[in-house]
Amino acid sequence: MTIQIWTWILVGITFSLYIGIAIWSKAGSTKEFYVAGSGVSPLANGLATAADWMSAASFISMAGIISFEGYDGSVYLMGWTGGYVLLALLLAPYLRKFGKFTVPDFIGDRYYSNTARSVAVFCALLVSFTYVAGQMQGVGIVFSRFLEVDITTGVIIGMVIVLFYAVLGGMKGITYTQVAQYCVLIFAFMVPAIFISVQMTGHFIPQLGFGSTDDNGIYLLDKLDGLHKDLGFSAYTTGKKSMIDVFCITAALMVGTAGLPHVIVRFFTVKKVSDARKSAGWALLFIAILYTTAPAISVFSRTNLIETVSNKKYVHMPDWFKKWETTGLITFTDKNQDQAIQYVANRELNELEINRDIMVLANPEIAGLPKWVIALVAAGGLAAALSTAAGLLLVISSSVAHDLIKRMINPKISEKGELISARVAAVVAVCVAGYFGINPPGFVAAVVALAFGLAAASFFPAIILGIFYKKMNKQGAISGMVVGILMMLFYMTKFKFGWWLGGNQEHWWLGVSPEGFGSIAMIANFVTSIIVSKFTPDPPKEVQKIVENIRIPSGAGAANNH
Amino acid sequence: MKEYWKHNLKYLVFLLTIWFIVSFGAGIIFIAQLNEIKIGGFKLGFWFAQQGAIYTFVILIIVYIRLMNKLDKKYGFHEDDNF
Repeated sequence: MTIQIWTWILVGITFSLYIGIAIWSKAGSTKEFYVAGSGVSPLANGLATAADWMSAASFISMAGIISFEGYDGSVYLMGWTGGYVLLALLLAPYLRKFGKFTVPDFIGDRYYSNTARSVAVFCALLVSFTYVAGQMQGVGIVFSRFLEVDITTGVIIGMVIVLFYAVLGGMKGITYTQVAQYCVLIFAFMVPAIFISVQMTGHFIPQLGFGSTDDNGIYLLDKLDGLHKDLGFSAYTTGKKSMIDVFCITAALMVGTAGLPHVIVRFFTVKKVSDARKSAGWALLFIAILYTTAPAISVFSRTNLIETVSNKKYVHMPDWFKKWETTGLITFTDKNQDQAIQYVANRELNELEINRDIMVLANPEIAGLPKWVIALVAAGGLAAALSTAAGLLLVISSSVAHDLIKRMINPKISEKGELISARVAAVVAVCVAGYFGINPPGFVAAVVALAFGLAAASFFPAIILGIFYKKMNKQGAISGMVVGILMMLFYMTKFKFGWWLGGNQEHWWLGVSPEGFGSIAMIANFVTSIIVSKFTPDPPKEVQKIVENIRIPSGAGAANNH
Repeated sequence: MKEYWKHNLKYLVFLLTIWFIVSFGAGIIFIAQLNEIKIGGFKLGFWFAQQGAIYTFVILIIVYIRLMNKLDKKYGFHEDDNF
């Protein structure tokens, strides 16, 4: 059997599984549609959160980025896991106790203001749309490479599947499909990692494997540092970003993770406050399995890659090299006409360009693993992209149907009407996302960093202050959010799009990159909020009572519709 | 109620201090010093940044769950599973 047949079989099986679950878990009420009726067990919610969180970026791109950046890639590892500590300790239990459906719900009610609610809805939509476009693109890449259909067809197949279970099942359908998707994606990620770890180091556990020795008794990391040095790259284990930048990016990613609406909303689906804590624990555990394996894959694939291509004759390149060349993700230009591949840091002499995204996808082929393992990676990548896309679509549809229509435009809408508008919003959102997946705007990568920065600069301080600072009022929270968002938008557009006179690395404030600027904007938000709240009236007594009430875990009941 | 909240805040400060030390401390600020120490093939600072911090995060949440469940019981905020 060829790789392609294997891929069709595995993708077919997993897709029918997702559709089957969707039919079984059809949502009948708004409560089931938005928060799965608040009846999900902590374990299932942990699994679903992990799948929701781990996107095409985590599955396909992250190990590749670390592979090329070495130590500098640690910002993603620490940032995207450390955020869960903040989430579990500072947000999840209290938001669950508050017991509403969405993040704008909390902001709007806690700050007794529809202005605050609109700002929050705007941020939630912006963050989710930028994110979902990236997922659809991921679906397109996997389909085009492994199933050899064109990207458009691939994206459309993905859209139909997501549409089917997100629109039909709402949060309930999404939750149980995500549980299945987590199992598929983690299996697909771990199997090749374990194979390669055994192959290269004799260790079954990749996390230990990349710290041990190869056949010649040399530590793998020392060998890689040596290879990097010889080729002129900066050492793998130290990197080249400045310390302040690494610090700020890590902080922005952590805080941004904790502020992402599609992650927060998962904690509204459990029964009680202690379950919200528990499911954050499960979620991080399941995420950590992939996140601690990824750096091992990075080291294995980087070493394998350099040893396979560096100074080797082009004609001796293996099959996978030629195949990826046809997709344009690997390009070789023989600058010095010696028919051998010079892969070096010096741009003038370097002859090989490799797209970082292929490291995970090509890894099993580079290591010469069995065909079904290669096919498995495709199914895993699709599971990762689809699960995240579905979670985001739900946030978009509930923001539109619940926060915008029900809470602001037409409060008298019937439950049935709200459910219909939620489904319509989901359909529209899928189409928009699909459009961006097929015609990816060049700025997607820039905008995803913006999504984290925005979440960090807007939601996080408003929620934290809402819980931990009783005297925080609407004037403070709104001005804080606005200052945070504007600063973030200004900095991103200045350095990513060249607006406002543009600028380059030398002009960065304090040497902080746009990716890390979210942490500065977040501090600005905190400071503004607190100063403004000191000079404006205290929040009403009822609101202060709400704050006292959410600090007590008991009596959360089910999330209610007012 | 006030007592419960104070207790909760104490736990948060304690756990978040460790959270900060293993990631921003060991993995970023003091990485150069820690990289002098090697355990197996890992330089210690690098290991914290790509492995150790994540393991510690998981442990922190587990400890938090335990502590809070005990605290809930002590103050009578505990809810049975058959709620």
